[in-house]
Amino acid sequence: MSVAIEFKNVSKKFDKANYNAVDDISFTVNEGELVTILGSSGSGKTTLLRLTNRLIDPDKGEIILFGENIKTVDVIKVRRRIGYVIQQIGLFPHMNIKENISVVCKLMKWEESRIDARVDELLNLVGLDPKEYKYRFPKQLSGGQQQRIGLARALAIDPKIMLLDEPFGAIDSITRLKLQDELLSIHGGLKKTFLFVTHDIEEAFKMGNRVMIMNEGKIIQFDTPENIIKNPKDEFVKTLMNSAKEKTKLWEKYI
Amino acid sequence: MIIYFLKYYDKLLIALLEHLEIVLITIIISLILAMILTVFVQLSKIISTILTGFFSMIYSIPSLALFSLLIPITGLGKDTAIIVLVLYNQYILLRNFIAGLDNVDENIIEAAKGMGMSNMQMLIKVKIPLAKKSLFTGIRLAVVSTIGIATIGALINAGGLGTILFDGLRTMNVNKILWGSILSAGLALFADKILQKIENKSF
Repeated sequence: MSVAIEFKNVSKKFDKANYNAVDDISFTVNEGELVTILGSSGSGKTTLLRLTNRLIDPDKGEIILFGENIKTVDVIKVRRRIGYVIQQIGLFPHMNIKENISVVCKLMKWEESRIDARVDELLNLVGLDPKEYKYRFPKQLSGGQQQRIGLARALAIDPKIMLLDEPFGAIDSITRLKLQDELLSIHGGLKKTFLFVTHDIEEAFKMGNRVMIMNEGKIIQFDTPENIIKNPKDEFVKTLMNSAKEKTKLWEKYI
Repeated sequence: MIIYFLKYYDKLLIALLEHLEIVLITIIISLILAMILTVFVQLSKIISTILTGFFSMIYSIPSLALFSLLIPITGLGKDTAIIVLVLYNQYILLRNFIAGLDNVDENIIEAAKGMGMSNMQMLIKVKIPLAKKSLFTGIRLAVVSTIGIATIGALINAGGLGTILFDGLRTMNVNKILWGSILSAGLALFADKILQKIENKSF
């Protein structure tokens, strides 16, 4: 199993801030893992994600993807090799679904037939009938459908790494459960490495092969869900576990 | 007043056509220049500040003064007027173009950047198509402004509807004053209305 993502002593401070958004963090993610990054806002989780595709560059430290230090690679090349899904989805309203999904394919100058086949393949993968959806426009789709397209778009050129920043945050909780299950099955079928940022404890523990708990720019604990529940590292993690337990108590009361 | 029109409609027509010629040439050159400058502005923040600052300064110079400043260099006549009008238009066009392009939904830009579009690709494939309405509004404003300021060009021999107007003012000829005003104001209003219609229909 090769190492897909490696952070070595990475720090980042934004201008005019008094503290590091990301403070001397180091970790490795193996190829094929689905790692969820859990933290409240300001914990540094989104910064960590954006450092990975060089939307931000670190002040200190190195970021290595599949053995390559991304500082030495052209920014545009790095980003094209990584799929990026954001909470607000960000589909292009002036393009139809097919054009939206195939944006990067066009940038890479794929031929039309290859693009067409790939779009059909991806729409089927995310559970939408190509015949029905290919030529619709984003505003004709519901939030859940739009984010499926966002996912399809990110998967278009088959990147080895996928970055998802609270992808289901803007979706209603009923649809969210369905999308979580579908994402798990999509991940299971491909050999891709997923970094999935969330502030939702249940989502993090449900989705992650390993969960990275962040607070104030540091990694507090990074382990399998089982190990974290059994051995919470400090008070912060214990409090998180307790708040999740409290929720289940409420349900058990009424069952 | 009507008799004046019937007697001199050919002169009025010539002035109108001269005016249109100046406006047309000005707009074409203004657009090309503004588009080139906008591309530079999109690629560098420092250039943005410099250019917008420079053209704001130009715009605050009264038109007659700017015309007069250029006469020693480019002489009297149409060319000087066109140069001045093009410079004024940059203020309007650049501000509108930049604002329009920057107001595209930031989530869309974030997605475009994250997927590996270069600044140029973002500009052409995302920003411009989504800012089309704002861009066209900028063009409409520039056209109306040009029609207005071009009347002053008559004072430096550029021709156009201003000649009739200023002739009339000089000789206290009510007919000329009326027709000069009606035609220049009318042209501006007409252009504004037509462009607004196009704006609403297409965008």
